[in-house]
Amino acid sequence: MTSLVRIRGLRKSFGSHVVLDGVDLDVREGEVAVLLGPSGAGKSTLLRCVNHLEKPDAGFVEVGGEVIGYRYARQRLHELRARAITQQRSRIGMVFQQFNLFPHLTVLENIVEGPVATGRLSKKDAAGRARELLERVGLGGREQAYPRQMSGGQQQRVAIARALAMRPRLMLFDEPTSALDPELVGEVLAVMKDLAASGMTMLVVTHEIGFASEVADTVVFLDGGRIVESGPPAEVLANPRHDRARAFLSAVL
Amino acid sequence: MSDRSLSDTELLAARLVPLRRPGQWVSAAVVVVLLAMVAHTLFTNPRFQWPVVWSYFTTGPVLRGLVLTLWLTAAVMICGYLLGVVLAVMRLSRNPVLRSVSFGYVWLVRSVPPLVQLLFWYELASLYPELSLGIPFGPAFITVKTAHLFTGLLAAFVGLTLDVAAFSSEIIRGGILSVEQGQVEAAQALGLGPWRIFRRIVLPQAMPAIVPASGNMLIGMLKATSIVSVIAVQDLLYSVQLIYNQNFLIIPLLLVATIWYILLTTVLSVGQYYVERHYARGSRRGDPRGLWTITRANIPLFRNLAGIS
Repeated sequence: MTSLVRIRGLRKSFGSHVVLDGVDLDVREGEVAVLLGPSGAGKSTLLRCVNHLEKPDAGFVEVGGEVIGYRYARQRLHELRARAITQQRSRIGMVFQQFNLFPHLTVLENIVEGPVATGRLSKKDAAGRARELLERVGLGGREQAYPRQMSGGQQQRVAIARALAMRPRLMLFDEPTSALDPELVGEVLAVMKDLAASGMTMLVVTHEIGFASEVADTVVFLDGGRIVESGPPAEVLANPRHDRARAFLSAVL
Repeated sequence: MSDRSLSDTELLAARLVPLRRPGQWVSAAVVVVLLAMVAHTLFTNPRFQWPVVWSYFTTGPVLRGLVLTLWLTAAVMICGYLLGVVLAVMRLSRNPVLRSVSFGYVWLVRSVPPLVQLLFWYELASLYPELSLGIPFGPAFITVKTAHLFTGLLAAFVGLTLDVAAFSSEIIRGGILSVEQGQVEAAQALGLGPWRIFRRIVLPQAMPAIVPASGNMLIGMLKATSIVSVIAVQDLLYSVQLIYNQNFLIIPLLLVATIWYILLTTVLSVGQYYVERHYARGSRRGDPRGLWTITRANIPLFRNLAGIS
């Protein structure tokens, strides 16, 4: 199987603080990879490097054979213009911890915005597709609601539908349930499970160990900006070899 | 405090007596008396010369001045705000040259009183008798006499526009900064381009922060245009000044201008209310009630006040 995501030697610092210290990671087509680790381990930064919301200091991220944010020519990586990066991002869906729905737009307008702005669909087709997606995340009929009139779980499901409207080949989830009340976590995880079952390639930062063991193909454990352990959930979660991973898992389980 | 404990029936049957607020009534009475005094003097002091006020209220020169004030305000605000948006975006850009230019411009314009700026533009001809369009340090293609180009009106327009641009850019910048960074990231992750993100995502969310300050500025500018009277532009104020310089009916003519300014400001305030309501959509803070509903809800207050007098 070919890798859809190929990350090599990724480094990133904020000032003197090293967040990513040489990360190598492969995610195959259709694979669900869950990133685990203590806060400050660099999980979110790694995810944000994948769609170039953070610019790496060294190393590269390749999605579908394209280096993100750069163009290779004559042994050099030339930084891309904003327009070209925009183009690359439009095939990578992202779901944020704080949902980041646009509060001044209705649910339907939120979902339609991306496909219409990129000229991929007409307004009418985009609206039709938005309704299908809302149906799929269990929110059919809420098209005209504004985000603030919905619960956190509903907002996050809209955010997933919004990302799916771009027909992404990769979905990034940055702690999608961390801002939710415990009773609302389940509905979001259910949508994510459904998405994983449909064959979507997913890179997920989460603290939901249950989700990891049930849905993930690979669990990647990060600490101090490095991958300290990775493998199938049955191995990593049940039998962590690394001390740091063992300590973390015994604390959260 | 009573010694015996009260039964549920007694407490449930008891009528609720609101707290008495004598201070409120006394202050209301004072306000009403003061208002009555003002009203009384307005109607009884013959030196206000109300018949003269009304006879000049809609005469040609006054209306022409009014129209000039209105469109000068509109032109200055529109052009000033367009420039202000550009300056705000420059100030927030990653390009250090643009950032410094914007900062320097705002610093300079805010440091010089608008009246002084206006006089500079009006007197530009004495500084540069001719203006040319051409290659820097090279040949000129078009040359015009500055004095012909910079009439009082153009000087007023340019001076005030540049002033509005500096102040509005700060208002707009503040509004943009109030929008969460996550909104921009979400839009980027969706593949929206920078211009679309600004126009469709950032600016609409910045508007609730921009509108009140801008409404204030618009009303301020409506009145601030009266400083153009010093360079003989015939706005509302200068038009009435021209009249009272001939007939010496100073107070009634100043009242003509004053009443027009009050009327226009009132209209703008109502307009601002509706613009604010439009941009509050999707937020819980927005009050969905109409202006009339709010006014009507406050009528009992006035009725109470009327009850005392």
